[in-house]
Amino acid sequence: MALSWPRPVTASAGPNAPMSTDLIVNGTTYSTDAPPQTPLLWVLRDELGLTGTKFGCGVAACGACTVHVDGQAVRSCQVTLGDLWGDVTTIEGLAQGDRLAPLQEAWIRHQVAQCGYCQSGQIMQAAELLAGNPSPSDDDIDAAMAGNLCRCGTYSAIRAAIHDAARSLDDGRAG
Amino acid sequence: MSRLRRITRRSLLVGAVAITGGVAFGIYQIRRPVTNPLQPVQGATLNPYILIDQGGISIIAPRAEMGQGVHTTLAALVAEELDAEWDSIRVLHGPPAAAYYNAALAHGALPVADYAMADWQRRVAGGLGAATRLLGLQVTGGSTSTVDAFDRMRHAGAGAREALKAVAADRLGVAVDRLRTENGRVIAPDGTELDYRDLAEDAASRPVPRATMRPQSEWKLLGRSLPRTDMRAKATGMAQFSTDIDLPGLKCATVRICPYLGGGMAGFDPAPALAVPGVEHVLDLGNGIAVVARNTWAAMQGAEAAQIDWTPSPLPATTEAMYDRIARAFEDRPNSTMRDDGRPDEVTAQIEAEYSVPFLAHTTMEPMGATAWLQDGHLTLWVGNQAPREHLKVAAEAAGLARENVTLHTVFLGGGFGRRVETDVTRQAARIAAMLPGTPIRLTWSRAEDIAHDFYRPAAIARMRGAVEGGRATLFDAQIAAPSVTRQTIARLAGRMIGGPDKGHVEGAFDQPYAIPHYRVAGHLADLDVPIGFWRAVGNSFNGFFHESFIDELAHAAGRDPLAFRLDHVAPESATAAGVLEAVRDLSDWDAPRADGTGRGVAMTWSFGTPTAVVIELHHASRGIRITRAWMACDPGLVLDHAIVRAQMESGLIYGLSAALMGAITFTDGRADQQNFPDYDALRMDTTPRIEVAILQNNPHMGGAGEPGTPPAMPALANALFDLTGQRIRRLPLAPQADFII
Repeated sequence: MALSWPRPVTASAGPNAPMSTDLIVNGTTYSTDAPPQTPLLWVLRDELGLTGTKFGCGVAACGACTVHVDGQAVRSCQVTLGDLWGDVTTIEGLAQGDRLAPLQEAWIRHQVAQCGYCQSGQIMQAAELLAGNPSPSDDDIDAAMAGNLCRCGTYSAIRAAIHDAARSLDDGRAG
Repeated sequence: MSRLRRITRRSLLVGAVAITGGVAFGIYQIRRPVTNPLQPVQGATLNPYILIDQGGISIIAPRAEMGQGVHTTLAALVAEELDAEWDSIRVLHGPPAAAYYNAALAHGALPVADYAMADWQRRVAGGLGAATRLLGLQVTGGSTSTVDAFDRMRHAGAGAREALKAVAADRLGVAVDRLRTENGRVIAPDGTELDYRDLAEDAASRPVPRATMRPQSEWKLLGRSLPRTDMRAKATGMAQFSTDIDLPGLKCATVRICPYLGGGMAGFDPAPALAVPGVEHVLDLGNGIAVVARNTWAAMQGAEAAQIDWTPSPLPATTEAMYDRIARAFEDRPNSTMRDDGRPDEVTAQIEAEYSVPFLAHTTMEPMGATAWLQDGHLTLWVGNQAPREHLKVAAEAAGLARENVTLHTVFLGGGFGRRVETDVTRQAARIAAMLPGTPIRLTWSRAEDIAHDFYRPAAIARMRGAVEGGRATLFDAQIAAPSVTRQTIARLAGRMIGGPDKGHVEGAFDQPYAIPHYRVAGHLADLDVPIGFWRAVGNSFNGFFHESFIDELAHAAGRDPLAFRLDHVAPESATAAGVLEAVRDLSDWDAPRADGTGRGVAMTWSFGTPTAVVIELHHASRGIRITRAWMACDPGLVLDHAIVRAQMESGLIYGLSAALMGAITFTDGRADQQNFPDYDALRMDTTPRIEVAILQNNPHMGGAGEPGTPPAMPALANALFDLTGQRIRRLPLAPQADFII
């Protein structure tokens, strides 16, 4: 294929001043002038620089972009900036400072990740599960996690890590 | 993390110039020293694998970390001999450099079955390995990373350790043989400790002393399941992939390339794209466009909005017409007959069957992507890739720069499976960056683009003839037709066509350890220009299905148990392979009575040096058929990290089961019909079986782990379906033809 060096066709600035939106992510307030129809995923990654949340499909079919809005796990590729209804938590906000969340500790104990690309979404989905169900059965885990694809096939380790994290949370409460 | 990045940048930005007295490779230093590509501004490099500065010890992994755990295992090879403290080492991807050639790739090039290789043939392969050094093939693939690194990186660690001890001996005035090393320090008999960080600079400036490697009995790290060096970063979202690089003034881009494969672009109207808020540029890439915007979503919206006039594909209009084209290859003389035992033409066939498998996409979790930045005539790229020197070469061409004006950082790969050997996304990123000098470009493909422009696992057809007598197979005669991955990829990478017999085309069929008197495998290369490439296990991914499905047919024709039938034929050829069949038999309790509504299938494939047997169990529930259990047994010989090998086996199995069950790329007018996970799905948490793995270490030669789990998974699943339903499905995928719950 021959190399060509076309002159870039460049957009002219729009007539209207961009609207600014405030959002709270991991306890920090951010302001962005991204258009309100922009999905949260791309606001996080490209506008705010929080790249721990991953893009996998753009159609809510893989779960790689899972974050929490008001504690609820959502596919951030399907939530627009304009529709955002609460505070956002991403994988970067799960730890308390240097102290990792129990799920993250369990992920490390069970050496879950392979390529690692889907794991932010897996952990955020599992965090919602444990918040609502402190001792999930295998079937509960299957049902909660089925929307999160992993092409490396780390499912058995994910299941073990979720059980383990549930136990450590339980011990924490008992203690 | 930031310190690590700074060291990487400093060390790797500098060009490849040999350092004086560069510490090298021990026995691998054949004839002339390898140029050490590491040029630290601070600290010292003892050889291409070790960098020591005041921050600590960095180990350079010459292979890409794509999930297979190679950073951990390769670092452990060095750390074992170096006596580095495991918890404090850092692992970095090596820069593009000839020093990081993969010698083990040559092993797979010999036209003989791995299981039957004589010692002299292994020596020939070793000689070829030395030749690969001259080619500088820095490729992660073929399940070769650990095999290639096993001696080389231990030598690197041992040489460095002895160099550090020699400096310490001089400084302390103590004989070197009275010094010992532990946790990154040299320790004298009186307890004096000298930190490697304070010895490294002197050690790097003198010749390497003779060093011997430790016996296995003294290993502290190797043979253990170590904490992976990448795990914390991957559990916290800190691991950086191709599109996670933060740069000042970064713009986001995507591409839309002609989806009619082999077609092009007659013209386009950028106006609708430019009307999308946030879109800044629409660039002409010749066969498609790039859209550059403030964020990736705006770029993707713009790319979809642009009006583009595509030109048609020269490919056959339907998938069926493509299969017809592949079948036409049977009419030509075979390209290879790598197995040709007995007189197959003189034996009357009792069973004749035709099998076929579809094109497959890789669908790595991370769609293709790259970051590129042209500053003051120097192009810097960050891209997860399996062939850094190729990617660098292509980037330089695309940007119109000399190679020394290009720096390529390999970052974590969000899955590879062979896809990221290909340089297409790197070429695009380099071109876009060159069109917008000074602007860092984060290029992300949509999933639809990722599926539309894959280098697919080829479709393939097999025609089989077989016969049995007295409970044994007497005839196994296979003809295999498919377009050639080997030829197409070499043409793409090296720019020239190669001739000769194509081993990759028949691997997994001609090289299996079965004793059958009339046994022939012929390969026919089809003339079909669908872009194809390396897909996990490559030829084994289809030949494993053909071979082991037909062995199953022969077993049933002989009225035999399919596992016992296999053992009878395998044991005379290979005790190692028989061992994995016995192990999977015992692990799965194969001979126990089956519960009602369950079916079991078995298969065994010897690929990448590792025989692997799989048993799959299906259960017919009221809602449909569920894959309930899987048992695997493999024998990769010496195992350096059990947990990583087990994870790779499970991973390979799930990848294979996913493909066998529901993987198919079909084409209309040369355009892939599938666009995203809803129509190209894979097993998920609730559809994946419970898996048990037995890892044997009887194989006298070390084999791979990343790929061998994939080939036997597919026939084991089809054979289990036959056991459950009596239905012999010879065309993948299975789900459209049976009542699976997916």
